Amino acid sequence: MHPWVGAGPEDRRHILSELGLKSIDDLFASIPAGVCVDGLDLPPAKDESWIRRTLGEMASTNVAMDSTPCFLGAGVYRHVQPSVVDAVLSRAEFFTSYTPYQPEISQGTLQVIFEFQTLISRLTGLDVANASLYDGATALVEAVLFSHRVLRGKRELVVVAETIHPMYRRVLDTYTRAAGIEVAVVSPGTDGRLDPDTIRKVAGDRACCVAIQSPNFLGIIEDLPQLATAAHDCGALAVEVVTEAVSLGLLTGGGSFGFDVVCGEAQSFGVAPGFGGPHLGFFTCSPKHLRQMPGRLAGETVDEDGARAFCLTLSTREQHIRRAKATSNICTNQGLMALAATVWLEAMGGSGLRELASSCLARTEELKRRIAAIGDPWRIAYPHSPTFNEFLLVGPASGIELVEQLASEGVLAGVPTTDWGGSWPDGLLVAVTERNSAEDLDAFVAALETLS
Amino acid sequence: MSIPEELKYDRSHEWVKTDGDAVVVGITHYAQDQLGEVVYVELPEVGNAFAVGDELGTLESVKAVSEFLAPVAGEVLEVNDRLEDEPNLVNDDPYGDGWLVRLSGSADGQDLLDAAGYQEFLIQESA
Amino acid sequence: MKRRAIRSEPLFFERNSRRVRRQGYLLPTLDVPEVTPSEVLPPELVREPDPHFPDVSEMEVVQHFHRLSQLNYAVDEGLYPLGSCTMKYNPRINEETARLPGFACLHPLQPQSQIQGALRLIWELEESLKAITGMPGVTLQPAAGAHGELTGILMIRKALEARGEKREVVLAPDSAHGTNPATATFAGFRAQEIPSADDGTVDLGALDSMMDETVAALMLTVPNTLGVFEHKILEIAELVHSRGGFIYMDGANLNSFVGRALPGLMGADAMHINLHKTFSTPHGGGGPGAGPVTVSDALLPHLPVPKVHRGDGGFELQWEDPASIGQMRGFYGNFLILVRALTYIWSLGAEGLRSMSDVAVLYANLVRHRLNGAYHLKFDAPSLHEVVFDDSLQTRHEVHNVDIAKRLLDYGFHPPTMSFPLIVHGALMIEPAESVAPEEVEAFCDAMLAIAKEAESDPELVKSAPHDTPVGRVDEVRAARNLKVTWTPEEET
Repeated sequence: MHPWVGAGPEDRRHILSELGLKSIDDLFASIPAGVCVDGLDLPPAKDESWIRRTLGEMASTNVAMDSTPCFLGAGVYRHVQPSVVDAVLSRAEFFTSYTPYQPEISQGTLQVIFEFQTLISRLTGLDVANASLYDGATALVEAVLFSHRVLRGKRELVVVAETIHPMYRRVLDTYTRAAGIEVAVVSPGTDGRLDPDTIRKVAGDRACCVAIQSPNFLGIIEDLPQLATAAHDCGALAVEVVTEAVSLGLLTGGGSFGFDVVCGEAQSFGVAPGFGGPHLGFFTCSPKHLRQMPGRLAGETVDEDGARAFCLTLSTREQHIRRAKATSNICTNQGLMALAATVWLEAMGGSGLRELASSCLARTEELKRRIAAIGDPWRIAYPHSPTFNEFLLVGPASGIELVEQLASEGVLAGVPTTDWGGSWPDGLLVAVTERNSAEDLDAFVAALETLS
Repeated sequence: MSIPEELKYDRSHEWVKTDGDAVVVGITHYAQDQLGEVVYVELPEVGNAFAVGDELGTLESVKAVSEFLAPVAGEVLEVNDRLEDEPNLVNDDPYGDGWLVRLSGSADGQDLLDAAGYQEFLIQESA
Repeated sequence: MKRRAIRSEPLFFERNSRRVRRQGYLLPTLDVPEVTPSEVLPPELVREPDPHFPDVSEMEVVQHFHRLSQLNYAVDEGLYPLGSCTMKYNPRINEETARLPGFACLHPLQPQSQIQGALRLIWELEESLKAITGMPGVTLQPAAGAHGELTGILMIRKALEARGEKREVVLAPDSAHGTNPATATFAGFRAQEIPSADDGTVDLGALDSMMDETVAALMLTVPNTLGVFEHKILEIAELVHSRGGFIYMDGANLNSFVGRALPGLMGADAMHINLHKTFSTPHGGGGPGAGPVTVSDALLPHLPVPKVHRGDGGFELQWEDPASIGQMRGFYGNFLILVRALTYIWSLGAEGLRSMSDVAVLYANLVRHRLNGAYHLKFDAPSLHEVVFDDSLQTRHEVHNVDIAKRLLDYGFHPPTMSFPLIVHGALMIEPAESVAPEEVEAFCDAMLAIAKEAESDPELVKSAPHDTPVGRVDEVRAARNLKVTWTPEEET
């Protein structure tokens, strides 16, 4: 017996006799003996007290981000977590419900998806957004494959900025290898930004897309209008990847500058860092390419009485109908995380999001100013390039060593680039958000001074 | 069930009408009935060439996708642009305004059925 | 039945129509000098405020989502007999453990000494899934079942490359879920359909003629999508392996035999497990899920990176491995979903897991017993955890499976899976899962039998359903023909 198995021993006996069977084993007679076992090599059932104690101990051996001044970014950001977000996420009507294939009893979920699509669309400047993808890295993959499809497979080259998160590029390689698509990587200039003419040279007339990230891996903001033009001059689609979604609170999304796809990671919108997942991939594109877009889509319609209603639509793009010719194989996506983002954004409001982004900017500028004031042996790697809330810091040791040293001074100072080398120095990516108070900045600066 | 006398038919439920030295192709009343309400039609590019039996395009309903095939070999001369905004024409007027594609090529010498033959075929299919 | 009124809820963008300033959240006080964005950012890139992104107060947010939630049916409300979805109870203790700060507030790139507990959790879940499947290797990276399928197929591809072979084709039965052929195509293979025999299982003769040196793998769901076990599984595996192919197993139906049989003994080379099905992690209205993949010795070297290693000094992440297929997504997996699954597995224990499958199969057979005769059972073979009926007895009254589904909503149940698998026309795929009490299963059967009677005596009532839901039957044709996927203000349309 177990609380999570609805029938007790007496119930089973009763049902078996109703079915005219002697033993439950009779129901498994169709399984050949050669694959059967008597039981599993696992411990016996554990009660809640044991679970709370054991999992609690396991969790407490980790160092939670909030326990110390924290400046970690590189694709996962620490922002405010309004209490209403988790309160809504904990409603059983949302988290224990299924994909809304029966719209008549899923209008809650469907309207949330519609609102999410609208919010993301307005932030990115492109008219169509899907209901979510797994994460930012796979969103980049989908954008590249989408571009390949839109150009009908006639162009086999993909141009990718080196300053897209190296982990995203590793993931992209896994998929492009399988699809037989060639990838050309473009390095940034000495200012950490891409040069549109270099893009044109590399893309030539063979690229199906040019993918860039802004703010990029180094935290630097790219010249979006020029990069879109460069891509289009070569007949390629322009793809913008965003890993810090809060940047869209102050920076215009690439859609307004002609980008054909804006995609990436929306974890900053109320999704817990959660040691890397579940997070929230997003994807937006122009309506003219809608039929090539992967993922689920909610649409507005009416019911038989003419009342407004929402439903999943254009399902014919998807795997369960189009099968071998589907735009992607994605089925289950990140629905509950899209709900989290929707609650978070609506709680912030348009003004609140802007204020939050401004707060990130102000604190980042202040920290950069104070680091510059210390001088040797610390320097901002790209002091003249515009950043939002993240920058590369170089110091007297390798990034990995600096992280350990600064951690022993009580500061989680940043993410080392030591193992993610490229056309940039070995250092620390420092992210500053509205969660970093003046005391945090003091602690950071003090730690640097101690190590100087 | 409507099966106009003057048209020819193939076994994947397309109809063919001779129009000078070209042919016009669409799907039959039976086919649109099976498909349900058409929400989108994917048509081929003008200028592309197709062999007999090649997939010319697809018809989408809410829950399914169906291909329609080339009943004769030929090059696409014209497609029915109205279907982009009015895909329902395929359901409402499958032999008239719901036409799909105009192909160069001829219905002669092809293994096509006449109206009676198609009717027979439908009866056998549902048996 | 009386219900209280639920107001229809406007869109967020329709609120605060005068667009006045309200505050939804109090941010931390700005204790550093303010900065003018256009002075430090390229001014042409600075966003103009969006007048149609309104501000609302906190209570408005709470009321908005509360009212929306009331429009949803959920597992907590009642039975969701969706075949192949395994809609079981989502234990609340899972929600507690997943919210422990040491898990939820952990950055994936913190120094290794700070994340030992998280790495340990991954390792423990890996070990548990290996024990449950009897397979020697596993990856927890994939974000969902379909993602796991792709991972498995890519590992197969890599194994073939390592052997110096290039095979073009992947076989999947006509009863397979659409993700199977979609995955094969995505991975660069050609998907080929293999027909089912009369009892709904794989036609061994067809497999014999199709299985040659061009075939990389056979994708099989076990038991299949009819709830029928592939009783010839050992012959199938032998045939495929002896001709150099691999067996990919779609584990969507794993809930039917945990503790009774091991995929490792069935010849599976790669099998994905849906944690949001078999292992109780919540469906969330469309995810997040997780699709770990267990592998045989043959595919072990090709598991994705990064991998978790357990050494004397603790746990560490290994990022490089030339034999690996690479990385499939950012970081390590849907970690907080993994926390829930491990909580579930440890809570149930060996015997609990076995009784979970026992009762899942028992309930499905109870449904089969009660509904057989009133609904048509196309395939006679024994059902495990799900049973597939079709609507052929009802279509003579012009009532179709869609109508039956909509009428079930009036009885307070979510409908079964419909129109799948494709080999059963008008299908109704019913999987009760093991969590509910027997009374709930019986009540569902009562409702289905009542509807079968209505189909005969009053078909219009069924065809015009639903009558008791927040909205009436939704016009999905119009949604597709007149596409509207975002709200737009008057002036922007």
